[in-house]
Amino acid sequence: MGKGRVLLPHYFHKEKPQRAAWRCRQEFKMKRWMTGIQRALLGLMLLLGFSQSHALTAAEMRAMVDGETDARIAALGKAVGQADDKTVLFLQALADDAVKVVGEQVLVVKGSNKGVQGLDLLTGQSKPLPDTAQDVVSNNRFRGEIDSALAALKLFSPDAVLRKAAVLALLKEPDAAKLPLLAKALAQEKDDQIAAWIQLAQAAAQLGSEDVTVRMQAAKALAQSKTPETQLQLNQRLGQETDAQVKAQLQASLRDIEGALHWGERLGALFTGASLGSILLLVALGLAITYGLMGVINMAHGELMMIGAYATYVVQALFRQYLPDAFDFYLVLALPVAFLSSALVGAVLERSILRHLYGRPLETLLATWGISLVLMQGVRSIFGAQNVGVENPSWMSGGVQVMANLTLPYNRLVIIAFAAFVLLGMAILIGKTRLGLFVRGVTQNRPMASCMGVNTARIDTYAFALGSGIAGLAGCALSQVGNVGPDLGQSYIVDAFMVVVLGGVGQLAGTVYAALGLGLINKVLEGWTGAVLAKICVLVFIIIFIQKRPQGIFAMKGRSAEA
Amino acid sequence: MMNRRGNLKALALASAMAAGTLTFSLQAQAADTIKVGILHSLSGTMAISETVLKDTVLMAIDEINAKGGLLGKKLEPVVVDPASNWPLFAEKTKQLLGQDKVSVIFGCWTSVSRKSVLPVVEEMNGLLFYPVQYEGEELSKNVFYTGAAPNQQAIPAVDYLMSKDGGGAKRWVLLGTDYVYPRTTNKILRAYLISKGVKESDIDEKYTPFGHSDYQTIVADIKKFSAGGKTAVVSTINGDSNVPFYKELGNAGLKAKDVPVVAFSVGEEELRGVDTKPLVGHLAAWNYFQSIKNPANDEFIKKWSAYAKAKNIAGHKDKPLTNDPMEATYIGINMWKQAVEKAKSTDTDKVIAAMAGQTFKAPSGITSKMDEKNHHLHKSVFIGEIKADGQFNVVWKTPGPVKAKPWSPYIPGNDVKPDEPAKK
Repeated sequence: MGKGRVLLPHYFHKEKPQRAAWRCRQEFKMKRWMTGIQRALLGLMLLLGFSQSHALTAAEMRAMVDGETDARIAALGKAVGQADDKTVLFLQALADDAVKVVGEQVLVVKGSNKGVQGLDLLTGQSKPLPDTAQDVVSNNRFRGEIDSALAALKLFSPDAVLRKAAVLALLKEPDAAKLPLLAKALAQEKDDQIAAWIQLAQAAAQLGSEDVTVRMQAAKALAQSKTPETQLQLNQRLGQETDAQVKAQLQASLRDIEGALHWGERLGALFTGASLGSILLLVALGLAITYGLMGVINMAHGELMMIGAYATYVVQALFRQYLPDAFDFYLVLALPVAFLSSALVGAVLERSILRHLYGRPLETLLATWGISLVLMQGVRSIFGAQNVGVENPSWMSGGVQVMANLTLPYNRLVIIAFAAFVLLGMAILIGKTRLGLFVRGVTQNRPMASCMGVNTARIDTYAFALGSGIAGLAGCALSQVGNVGPDLGQSYIVDAFMVVVLGGVGQLAGTVYAALGLGLINKVLEGWTGAVLAKICVLVFIIIFIQKRPQGIFAMKGRSAEA
Repeated sequence: MMNRRGNLKALALASAMAAGTLTFSLQAQAADTIKVGILHSLSGTMAISETVLKDTVLMAIDEINAKGGLLGKKLEPVVVDPASNWPLFAEKTKQLLGQDKVSVIFGCWTSVSRKSVLPVVEEMNGLLFYPVQYEGEELSKNVFYTGAAPNQQAIPAVDYLMSKDGGGAKRWVLLGTDYVYPRTTNKILRAYLISKGVKESDIDEKYTPFGHSDYQTIVADIKKFSAGGKTAVVSTINGDSNVPFYKELGNAGLKAKDVPVVAFSVGEEELRGVDTKPLVGHLAAWNYFQSIKNPANDEFIKKWSAYAKAKNIAGHKDKPLTNDPMEATYIGINMWKQAVEKAKSTDTDKVIAAMAGQTFKAPSGITSKMDEKNHHLHKSVFIGEIKADGQFNVVWKTPGPVKAKPWSPYIPGNDVKPDEPAKK
């Protein structure tokens, strides 16, 4: 193992150019990550003097890649007990699904720009992989064992971050067989915090001990680890425990942990409410202009979102093809493209159809409904009836763990921030700029604005295009959390109207309150009643609310109210 | 205001339906053809899954015609679009059988659409091949079920999750879309789990509406539930809701090692729009996977890839995918062809009689057999784990084909029902 020789996972023999380019990017990332790990592993091997111990043999490798899972796990355990540097490399490759079998030989797949090679770890030679190479199939159980074996080996890494991650992994999946390794690691550990974690991991592994006092101590110690995983282990032990005292201690520890986890749950519910609220807000903001301010009942609003989402898809596909290195930043370009394409479609609609229908809400409704069908079928003809795949940029996948049982997904966080940003931008545009002034003027009193020299027809087009463009932005955001297909708009149009009507037509603030309120109510109810009933309850609530207060949360005041 | 909008909505709906009935049917009425009806939604929510089945039938028809047709005649497809609209399925069936006089219909995906077609097919003595796994509890003389019954998919999947290799699950979340298939399947599974000693309190049943897109609360609930014991999730979510569900699952960091999710309606096609890297290890139970290696499957995939490319089928022309319902469709039409050849007629009753015991070398690697009596195929069951490229690794399979039990023994009263359709 040395400089520059890097193992790369490779899953495909033959691939299309764009796929290959994308993979290159992934591999580049993997390479950086792998060299870090390799360096760390090298350190720990020196530390343990692994290189002197028994080396990995071909028979051992065969035993780990084929056969019954029980036998494979036994072989893995044996290999870890006498691990050398090749064992570590081999296990890492197994974990990455980068091992193949050719005849009797077990090869690690090594990809480079020139093609895929199979590396024989024992001889250090690589050769091209034949098409007959068999995949190694690992199930979840075996994969868990590999992870925990790797974690055990990383316990001795000189890098504190890696060590901590390894201990935490072992704490999640305790295994009595790892106790000697843990003891050894504890003896060497200098970092107090990590030492404390190692002791917890020891306790978790001792929970199933034969000795009652050991079990008792373990149950008591584990109350310190306030994670759902520990909760699971304690619950599992509780089911098997026979000793009454240990049982009582297990229950006491569980109560401790549950108390600590309670806050995470509550905050989680709040966050999901806010997240749904932010999506509703984005969806409704454009409509707040076209319907709220201009009074156009635009049934095609959903399809304008769909166009924004498809624009995102197209930008993403172009990035993947031509700029794979910058793929993570495709959203930077996708946002303006989504805005402009939807705004353009909106402007064309307004110019060609809607402006002839102002003041005739019935006809507008029917016409926009028809337009929505045309747009949907158009998209279906171009892109197909199937949903298209929009991949999150890598920085939007995953989440940040705030508490042991509260993970906030990055894509949701980004969308909340984005909704706030769009809201702010729109408030400034409508409230502070000349265009906003004209829009307000025209919608409040058209003849008067016209008399003052405002080109009302042009302002109508601008306003409608603005509302449509914001719908496009919403579509871009929706593509990051849900499906992108021709029907995307259909599932949000009702919600959008609901929010605008509930908030009070013509009121930006009302829209914000209604969106967040509906999001929170929906999520709190869903926790109690399930998704189906929650949806019904929210709709019933809105019906009753609109009956009692037809003008919405905020009523328009003044002379323009009746216009 | 509300009232007026309601009226308009009804009006709009009516006009949409009127537009729907104007859909095309392929023309060219030569007398020496055998007409084959294709009844799959090409628009609406189910288009995501059903469109490709239409193309599969068309491919098989092309193939049969290229080999000289059937009984010396060419096959002529009649494609209609029931638009994911359940009553429209019945109407279109009436049109296919009454007006177009098709000899056989290949169609339906959701159980609710099959239920709406059923009385029409029975009354007009038509022939329907239904290619999708379903909940059982039905046996009609006029229908051949080429998808899996619960004992060919759901029960083996649960058995696997209870086994040591599957993680030894003790607690269960049964999560589904709110309609007849998930409700019935979960009823069977609940009875089965209880018969295996699982407590009522260890089973959590949850439903979401069609097209649900916000799975935050559900994923959080699963996380909480799983702290009480080793948990597995059985998902009967249908259609495109699966994409947001799996995205949320990946982002919330719920790993397959900790809480495996086994899905009954998620295949290669449904995962097309999902980033599968965080989902590695989650499971699906089917009777066919594209990744299965055998000569019959290689040939099937090759044919499909060539066909998709030649016909410029969106998505498939660049990345051809095959899945279980496509395989079931393909087996169905080939068995029908063999039965017609055996009966030397396309007469419904003669073909039904000739279908019994038909065999076909299925892409799943077995010789698939139509049961002599109960109108269901004998099928192997595979359990696959999702790989990083959206394909499946088969981690478990039955030793050989399993005979279907359309009347699940875990629903009371089913033990007295005969294992063949009632004669008329």
